[in-house]
Amino acid sequence: MTETTKTPAPDAMPTPPALRGLIPLPAAAARALLLAGGIATAASAFLAWTWTDEFPGDLTFNGYPGGLQWLTFTAGVLTALFALASYGVRGLGWLLPARNNAPLVLTALGGFTVTWFTVIAISVELGGVVNLEPGGWIAAIASLLPVLGAFALPQERTAADGTKETLKAYIAKPDRIPAPQATSGWVQRAVITAVTIIGLGVFTYGIDTEYGQLFVGYLFVVTFAMWAIHTAGLLDRFSALVAANRSFTLAMGFAAAIAFPFTQTDDHYANIGVNILIFGTVALGLNIVVGLAGLLDLGYVAFLGVGAYTAALVSGSEFSTISGVHLPFWASALAGAAASLVFGVLIGAPTLRLRGDYLAIVTLGFGEIFRIAVNNMDGDSGPDVTNGPNGIANIPDLNLLGFNFGQAHDIGGFTLGRFANYYLLMVLIMAIVVLVYTRAADSRIGRSWIAIREDETAATAMGINGFRVKLVAFALGAALAGLAGTVSAHVTYSVVPTPYQFAGSTPPNSAFLLAAVVLGGMGTVAGPLLGAALLYLLPEKLVFLQDKSLLAFGIALILLMRFRPEGIIANRRRQLEFHETGQLDVPKQTTLTDEPAVTKAGA
Amino acid sequence: MTTPVLEARGVTMRFGGLTAVRSVDFTVNAGEIVGLIGPNGAGKTTFFNCLTGLYVPTEGTVSYKGTVLPPKPHLVTQAGIARTFQNIRLFANMTVLENVLVGRHTRTKEGLWSALLRGPGFKKAERASEERAMELLEFIGLAHKRDHLARNLPYGEQRKLEIARAMASEPGLLLLDEPTAGMNPQETRATEELVFAIRDKGIAVLLIEHDMRFVFNLSDRVAVLVQGEKLVEGTSDVVQADERVIAAYLGEPFEGDPGEAEAAEVEAAEAAAEASPSTTSSTKGEAK
Ligand SMILES: Nc1ncnc2c1ncn2[C@@H]1O[C@H](COP(=O)(O)OP(=O)(O)O)[C@@H](O)[C@H]1O
Ligand SMILES: [Mg+2]
Repeated sequence: MTETTKTPAPDAMPTPPALRGLIPLPAAAARALLLAGGIATAASAFLAWTWTDEFPGDLTFNGYPGGLQWLTFTAGVLTALFALASYGVRGLGWLLPARNNAPLVLTALGGFTVTWFTVIAISVELGGVVNLEPGGWIAAIASLLPVLGAFALPQERTAADGTKETLKAYIAKPDRIPAPQATSGWVQRAVITAVTIIGLGVFTYGIDTEYGQLFVGYLFVVTFAMWAIHTAGLLDRFSALVAANRSFTLAMGFAAAIAFPFTQTDDHYANIGVNILIFGTVALGLNIVVGLAGLLDLGYVAFLGVGAYTAALVSGSEFSTISGVHLPFWASALAGAAASLVFGVLIGAPTLRLRGDYLAIVTLGFGEIFRIAVNNMDGDSGPDVTNGPNGIANIPDLNLLGFNFGQAHDIGGFTLGRFANYYLLMVLIMAIVVLVYTRAADSRIGRSWIAIREDETAATAMGINGFRVKLVAFALGAALAGLAGTVSAHVTYSVVPTPYQFAGSTPPNSAFLLAAVVLGGMGTVAGPLLGAALLYLLPEKLVFLQDKSLLAFGIALILLMRFRPEGIIANRRRQLEFHETGQLDVPKQTTLTDEPAVTKAGA
Repeated sequence: MTTPVLEARGVTMRFGGLTAVRSVDFTVNAGEIVGLIGPNGAGKTTFFNCLTGLYVPTEGTVSYKGTVLPPKPHLVTQAGIARTFQNIRLFANMTVLENVLVGRHTRTKEGLWSALLRGPGFKKAERASEERAMELLEFIGLAHKRDHLARNLPYGEQRKLEIARAMASEPGLLLLDEPTAGMNPQETRATEELVFAIRDKGIAVLLIEHDMRFVFNLSDRVAVLVQGEKLVEGTSDVVQADERVIAAYLGEPFEGDPGEAEAAEVEAAEAAAEASPSTTSSTKGEAK
């Protein structure tokens, strides 16, 4: 019994401590290749890539980057910076707290992806590789160099088995990020301010991209750069900073949000901005219902509709069935929120006794009932309330304390157009919603929502009246959506039934709202806002793909859910839920019994 | 004369054709530790569920300190009965402290408005709740893990945390469903101490247990449930000596563990039964 011969397991063979990369090159050469490649990539952006300006962005100049070349340039510079940091260049050490290679690999991949995407897009759009100037070829090769260098770097972890694991090891975030040096309060604030400004710049660039190709390239670069920053451990450090300066960060965030319209010269982008804010605010309201209380509401957009219709009815529009009534905005905002709240209670009261799937189906039904009812209340097939499919048009612009939202205003040398005015109003509404969300979440009622979501039976056994707290969540979510709806009615001049449906190809509809919450990160504040921004911009910017834009959109969503199931911004709880291994505070599992369990199982 | 905290009269629970609990009368007096034992599938957990309002008993009433309880779990907890579960039901993705704070729900009353307005009353109540929760964590020895997620605690600590969470509702009676299931001997002994300490705080305890040594050590009184009926009730000595009890256990050893595999089996069946409350006859065979 003692000398049983074992067949040697393949992994039993002693692998030398992995110090070689996938591509056999000395480590020093690999690093040099990365650095040189990064610089070459950035430099190649200054060449002409194609001969005609038919490809958007005009990439025909030697000596000055245009359009997508700027993105290649940025990615190349990032790669070079990380490479220099890995050399231990003084002053760049903070870029790589963990001294790991993953950020190098990821930035190299980012440069490669955006460059090759551009080159391929040129070839496809203009009909063949002949349209590439030598500069295009050089860029393609230059951007490949850092990738080769990256995969020649020594692998950091001994991979368990197979190439899949090996590849994963290249882009894995190290378990331990060395603690940062203690910094004084004002340094922390300066860092947060700088990050906010950069963030605003990056975000604004994304919104302002003039053609879809540029937006796609932008997404590539941003994704890989953020991923690199994440694996470098910089995001962890930044969250620690944020945690230590919470209210300052919040203030900076709002300052950045307010600053956005001032950076815009074209009111069109402020229009996109205000729509994102409306969409994001509603998504945040839905996050109370879905993210905190765990109630799957598939008809949520109806509450936005209730708010919008209420505001339209009391706006003094000549098409309103009660056109004599013209309430000031504060009153119509309250009326819209209150009407939504009432609807929320009316719909919630009978349905919230249901659990899980049933609730989802019933809310889906109620959402559709709202749209169909509004569509029919035109005086023919129902009471004359909403003008049916024609909706309520000519909603007058808001006028707050003599400030007409319909006109452009000059403020401190900046011109704020109509949409910029509404944008600023929406920032205020969003601030209210953020405040409501954070305060509610961190309180007795918020805890009971989370408890219900976690285990309803246990929650009721702890004395929580499940029905009641669920109804509060439902009604609160509805009221916030209604509030956003009141602004949205004025922004769009008119309200019609069609946008308030379950699913459609443009936001907001219930499916998009839910997707914004899930993709962005359930149970967080920033998540749904970011998710909403992304989901609003994707269809808007992907129109160049024409009939394939929905397909591309779908693929993007699937990829995101595959690689980041907890959403872009992970709630601490959910992150642990999806990535069992990433737990930081796991104590060693103690054995439950004295006897080994194996002996019993066999008996 | 001792006053009854809990009085169950003629509690019967039927699932379709299966009568899981049959006309059980039962009392727990103030300051008592009472054990409830019986073979697997005897209906002990079902009886607990009837007491706490998770099931509406087909017949019979449950009263707490003289008032009849409505069969609604949150009202039962509000009245003063708290419980733990056989298959641990913590709020896995909440921290240890948050779990206990949820337990404070019935003893605090800040609603949505006060949460939004954050007046001085709100802050005071939150601070008081947290203080009380920390006291309880101190009591069970988990204060140093207040910010860990409940799911990350080892099994034994999860059981303790469930007890702390139940105690946070300031109950007059604590129901423990197999508090030592899956524990090693040291942990079991520690739990024994814990139960005594809880009783010394003036909380009556009713516990279901499989570990006979544990039950007979702890309990002032022991009741035996067999096939849904209360067979015997009395002090440890009386029950231990009763032949019917020995027969009911079909020769299963009285001293010592019923065995890990068996406990796991019970738990699995339990989980299945709880997951689908409408399943009726399929699990009937288990009652033997
Ligand atoms: N919700 C339910 N639906 C149907 N049968 C149930 C349900 N809950 C428990 N039972 C049945 O009642 C009997 C008693 O179960 P239980 O109270 O869990 O036993 P114990 O806790 O004593 O081991 C078992 O036969 C079980 O299958
Ligand atoms: Mg049981």
